[in-house]
Amino acid sequence: MITVNGINKSFKVAKRTAGVGSAFKALFRREYTDVAALSDISFSIGQGEIVGYIGPNGAGKSTTIKVMSGILVPDSGTCSIMGYTPWQDRVKYVKHIGVVFGQRSQLWWDVPVIDSFELLRDIYDVPESEYRGNLTLLTETLDLSGILHTPVRQLSLGQRMRCELAASLLHSPSILFLDEPTIGLDAVSKLAVRDFIKVMNKEKGVTVILTTHDMNDIEALAQRILLIGKGRLLYDGGVEDLRGRYAADNASIEDVIVQMYKEYQIT
Amino acid sequence: MKLFGEYCLILFKSQLQYRASFLLLSAGQFLIPLTSLAGLYFLFERFGSIEGWNFYEVALIFAVIHMTFALSECLSRGFDMFSTLIVNGEFDRLLVRPRSTVLQVLGSKFEFTRIGRLLQSAIVLGWAISGLSVDWTAWKVVVLALMIASGTFIFTGIFMIMAALSFWTIQGLEVANVFTDGGREMSQYPISIYQKWITRFFTFVIPFGCVNYLPLMYILGRAEDGSGGVGFLYSLAPLAGFVFIVPCLLVWRVGVRHYRSTGS
Repeated sequence: MITVNGINKSFKVAKRTAGVGSAFKALFRREYTDVAALSDISFSIGQGEIVGYIGPNGAGKSTTIKVMSGILVPDSGTCSIMGYTPWQDRVKYVKHIGVVFGQRSQLWWDVPVIDSFELLRDIYDVPESEYRGNLTLLTETLDLSGILHTPVRQLSLGQRMRCELAASLLHSPSILFLDEPTIGLDAVSKLAVRDFIKVMNKEKGVTVILTTHDMNDIEALAQRILLIGKGRLLYDGGVEDLRGRYAADNASIEDVIVQMYKEYQIT
Repeated sequence: MKLFGEYCLILFKSQLQYRASFLLLSAGQFLIPLTSLAGLYFLFERFGSIEGWNFYEVALIFAVIHMTFALSECLSRGFDMFSTLIVNGEFDRLLVRPRSTVLQVLGSKFEFTRIGRLLQSAIVLGWAISGLSVDWTAWKVVVLALMIASGTFIFTGIFMIMAALSFWTIQGLEVANVFTDGGREMSQYPISIYQKWITRFFTFVIPFGCVNYLPLMYILGRAEDGSGGVGFLYSLAPLAGFVFIVPCLLVWRVGVRHYRSTGS
């Protein structure tokens, strides 16, 4: 379903040195260095998988998600998702995916949640019956009935994240990208989000790619882990294999990841 | 187009959440151009006419340009304020939705408070027309409507180019105001009163002259002095505004491509 092959991406970053003098000089002449954000990333993901994509801050997780969701064009490499190349057929392709950026809202801030949903229905051109069906299912599984008519700005973070998840699934996408969906949530909301992801994966067969720093997310959801560090893919395999490889049976997944980070020297 | 209306509706609902500030800002927008108008009035009271243009004629030009400015600030505010979309990363969100970026940026913001300015210029327009003795024909009414529509396209185009530049600069460029606010202030007078090079710039590069001065010559019957064809030709000048948007769209596309390859 998803095949990523040899993706490279580097960014030009302006060199900065301390001091007012050099800051002034930088106004006129800047030196750039190429920073490799992704080097030779390859993997494939089958339909219905839940894959945890982990790595330290700045490792290239978000860049990969951006490439896979069609926002960024890589320098080289190929990527085929459901037969599309994300950055070439952007408009046709993005109808099939849902994207949640945990730190950014996709809802209209000042109006009731339901108004945002209805606008999204029209943006994605969702047929009315399909929209009704999805809305009912999502309202039930995410327990939204009490908050659909509340303006987004009055929602708590947990309530908002539930609405964000619903918003990204109204058009029945086959693939869901979740960029830190549990960031900042309390324990109850985290559990609700995890349960929901499981349900959608089981019942609708949605393929989920999720980045997170919360290893409990991984443990609860993912059968498979992709570990990225300094732009390179370092590990691709099952969660359980990992445990066997690195630690005693009673070690938490958190310990395992810390060991891995140390081994690959990517912290 | 229907979707554009829906964007408009949801933002209008948002705006209504802040009723008091909406009313006050609209009132403010109603009053601001009054100061320019007062300046215009005192100028004419002192000098009677400028280069053969009387007060009502200039008031008509004034009204048309302020109307187009109000319309484009209301409808194209998304491009005017585009740098905020880049800075807070909202533009990534637009890219994962199955619609054109132009439509989505337009739909990201409307400035409804410009209704005040629009109302004010509509009143001035009505008043200027009642003060002028023009033989109105159906075509002249169409030309007037074209002037307003085309002017809106020009301002939108400028906003769009400046928005595209912020793909490189991240921060918005105040320099844009030279062309938007500056263009507005310039073209509220007949551009024939300026230096040749200014006239040329605002006719052939940013065609403000084509949306008010030239077609007004036709409406006021001033263009028919020479050969008969010139007048009609002048009445077609507003089409330049629609042509102007084409290179702006191209610049926009280059900007989006740059963004998608650099991610910043």
